[in-house]
Amino acid sequence: MPEATPTNEDGVRIDLISGARMDGLASMEKIRLILDSVREGKIVILEAGLSPDEESRLIEVTMSEINPDGFSGIEIETYPSTQAANQSFLDRLMGRQSTKKLTVIGPANQIETLHKDETLISALVSHK
Amino acid sequence: MGLLTNLKDSISKVTDRLFSDSEPKRIGIYGPPNAGKTTLANRIAIDWAGDTVGPESHIPHETRRARRKENVTIERNSQTVTIDVVDTPGVTTKVDYKEFLDHDMEKEDAVRRSREATEGVAEAMHWLREDVDGVIYVLDSTADPFTQVNTMLIGIIESRELPVLIFANKTDLEGSNVQRVANAFPQHETVPLSALEGNNMDEVYDKIAEYFG
Repeated sequence: MPEATPTNEDGVRIDLISGARMDGLASMEKIRLILDSVREGKIVILEAGLSPDEESRLIEVTMSEINPDGFSGIEIETYPSTQAANQSFLDRLMGRQSTKKLTVIGPANQIETLHKDETLISALVSHK
Repeated sequence: MGLLTNLKDSISKVTDRLFSDSEPKRIGIYGPPNAGKTTLANRIAIDWAGDTVGPESHIPHETRRARRKENVTIERNSQTVTIDVVDTPGVTTKVDYKEFLDHDMEKEDAVRRSREATEGVAEAMHWLREDVDGVIYVLDSTADPFTQVNTMLIGIIESRELPVLIFANKTDLEGSNVQRVANAFPQHETVPLSALEGNNMDEVYDKIAEYFG
C-alpha cells in the first residue's frame, strides 16, 4: 500500500489506500480497516471513497466505538459526488452507484477542517 | 449474482411502495444537531394531532432516541395525507462529552448524555436504512450547510431513492440565509420556515402533502 510513514515518533502517519485495494474488501472489512487505522491515530485517504450505504454503516459503527477519554469519533471529508445526478435510471435501478470520490478520514481530536468547497478541502492535522 | 440480488431488491422496493399506500408513511425528520428538528416535529404534531413529540433544548443532542408520532393527518385543500412523524437524533460523526461540560453539566451527566447520544445517532442511521418512507431534512439556515454530515446524509437518502424535502429553519434569526441552503442542494426543493415562530407553515404543509401524499 502506498503510504507516508512518520520519520519519527512525533509524526502523523497518513495511509493512502487505492481504489483497487478497497474493491477487494467487503463493506465491513473496509469499515474495520478505516476505524482500526483512525483509532491508531492515522489519517486515511481513500482514492475512491465509500458507497452511501457504507458511509451510513461507518457512522453507525463509529458511534458504537466512541468512549469517554478515548475515541471521540471521526472527522471525514469528501468532495460532493457530482456523478450521482447524472446516472441513468437503469444504473440507479440496478444499484450501480458511482462512489468515486476522494475521502479523507481521521480522528476527530486530531483533524480539523479549515475550509471546504466543491474543489478544495483544507484541513489542519495535529498531534494527539 | 449481485446483479440479480440488486434487481430483486429494486423490484421489491417498488412493489412495497405500490401496495402499502393504505399504511401511513413514516417520514423521518433528519439533520445535524440543533437544527430545530424536534421544534418542527412538535409544531407539526401540535397543529395536527394536538400533542408534542418530545422536549426541545438549545443543548446539542437533547433528542437521543428516535420518537414516532403516529397517524398525523394533514389536510391541504382537497388533499389529505396521514403520516407517522419520526423525530430522530441529530446525526454527527463525533461526540465528545467535554462539549457538554460547557453547558453547566457535571462530568457524570455529560458522559451519560454522550453515551446516549452515540446510541441515538446509530439508531437514527438504522431507521434511515430500514424504516422510513420519506425524509424531511432540517437545516439551520444561519449555519453553513456545506458540511460533510449533510453531504453524506443527503447522499444516503438519494441512494435509497427516498423522497426528500429540505427545510431551511430558523428564518426568524438574524443571519438566516435560505439561498445558501438552496445552493448547497440544488437538486432538491428547499422550503424556508421558522418552526419556533410558526412562520411559513402553510407552505410547509402544502409541500408535505405534495411530496408524501
